[in-house]
Amino acid sequence: MSDLSALYQEVILDHNRRPRNFGVLEDADHQSEGFNPLCGDRVSVYVKLNDSIVEQISFRGSGCAISMASASIMTESLKGRKLEEVEALFERFHQLVTGNLESQDLSEPDLGKLVVFEGVSRYPVRVKCATLTWHTLRAALDKRNEVVSTE
Amino acid sequence: MSISTTARNNSRRVPGGLNPEDIRRDFPILSRKVHGKPLAYLDNAATSQKPQQVIDAVSRYYSRSNANIQRGVHLLSVRATDAYEATRERTQKFLNAARAEEIVFVRSTTEAINLVAQTSGRSILDPGDEVIVSQMEHHSNIVPWQMICQERRARLRVIPVSGQGELYLDEYEKLLNHRTRIVAVTHVSNVLGTINPVRKLVEMAHRHGALVLLDGAQAVPHVKVDVQELDCDFYCFSGHKIYGPTGVGILYGKWNHLESMPPYQGGGEMIRSVSFEKTTYNEPPHKFEGGTPNIAGGVALAAALDYLENLGLDRVAAYENELLEYATSRLSQVPGLRLIGTAPSKAAVISFVLDEVHPHDMGTILDLEGVAIRTGHHCAQPLMDFYGLPATARASLAFYNTREEIDALCRGLGKVIEVFE
Repeated sequence: MSDLSALYQEVILDHNRRPRNFGVLEDADHQSEGFNPLCGDRVSVYVKLNDSIVEQISFRGSGCAISMASASIMTESLKGRKLEEVEALFERFHQLVTGNLESQDLSEPDLGKLVVFEGVSRYPVRVKCATLTWHTLRAALDKRNEVVSTE
Repeated sequence: MSISTTARNNSRRVPGGLNPEDIRRDFPILSRKVHGKPLAYLDNAATSQKPQQVIDAVSRYYSRSNANIQRGVHLLSVRATDAYEATRERTQKFLNAARAEEIVFVRSTTEAINLVAQTSGRSILDPGDEVIVSQMEHHSNIVPWQMICQERRARLRVIPVSGQGELYLDEYEKLLNHRTRIVAVTHVSNVLGTINPVRKLVEMAHRHGALVLLDGAQAVPHVKVDVQELDCDFYCFSGHKIYGPTGVGILYGKWNHLESMPPYQGGGEMIRSVSFEKTTYNEPPHKFEGGTPNIAGGVALAAALDYLENLGLDRVAAYENELLEYATSRLSQVPGLRLIGTAPSKAAVISFVLDEVHPHDMGTILDLEGVAIRTGHHCAQPLMDFYGLPATARASLAFYNTREEIDALCRGLGKVIEVFE
């Protein structure tokens, strides 16, 4: 596979063209906005939790193909997941796109479709594109945690 | 077709014009490959490449003359001081300043603007006074003025631009009034390539008694600048965008302004005498040059100016204009491509967007083809907001670029479209 098609895999291009779970989630109980000042990518993430399970998740924003596809595939991958799985998956996804993925540990959640972002690891300047929505998601969930802890 | 064949064709096309084939031999980096492809370096507005003459000047300075300047009595210090001061005189001639003492060494255009904002700006701005910038400024000609306006409770006002990328002079006229103290505008836009009518902008500001600073970072590599003819109060540029080293920039200021301005950074060199009771400041330009500067960079800047003037700015401009026309016409044929910045008077900077493809994706794919362009907001977010764009792709050309490289850009864009269609 050439460098180019390793980065811009068909799945990524498809999610960029037709992002899934795109739009505002009206009854979201967590949301946050992410911004990459370097390239102007903007993304908002909306989550509705039910008993520490991601019941609904969506995003809205604009950016490059890598950031849009990453947001779209992230929302697909996280629906129905427990919060601790979300964190573990982000950890593994981060290892994947930075080229630091350790051998598959069976106790870890399976990356599933997220493996299409493996090509990003060859483009260090694009890692932020792939992780922007994930960081935004974490901010959204953390904010809720802060509220919870003060209550 | 190889680059050299195209270059020969180019030189035949323009009798008496530049021969890029010869010129390219002076720039060692241009013969390297990236990702296994010949490099097409089209990011000259970000920084230019350096000819061997400039690289040698840096190396010669450190090999033969290195010492601290202005203070030493030993031979090397005298040599280093002479070489550094020779660049001041060289720059005076380059800008046609009235005297060498009007040339202040700084680190960059950014520092030059901050210097003027923090010295002149702080001393002349009173609450309610106004500073005018334009919608097409680089952040470095916005933020320093915002900072000083906030501090002095002055007001920052903005000259709007047209869709084509030209300043609205009638709107500018309306902004000027008896509270206008400073007008700070770019000579050439780093995003749009627009060459602003700076002589006229200066004249209009002076009628209202305002000082004018021109940001010449993108102008000096492309157009002949005569600060006395422009009659601007301040003019600034960076060494690295004009084929010289990074870390050295120039602030030109009219002598009477420099004389009355308070100093910038306190330290060595900028003083005449220091005691705990009282410090007497040095004369301009040294008053603004506290601390050991980038001596090697300053020395090598003269080599860059020599190089450019040996080629001849008129010939450089003629060649670049021809290349700009070629690039504009080739890019216009790319399906779905829209040019951003179509003013009639332009330097060789071309911003564009492509339907359905983010500039960052273009940048990555072009890079794999060996084509280096800039993508993003180009440190001009207010201008991006005006066009309603998060980012653009930008190809910026220099006299060593060739038609073959423009062709490589267009072929690369073909690949981009192929991937994204």
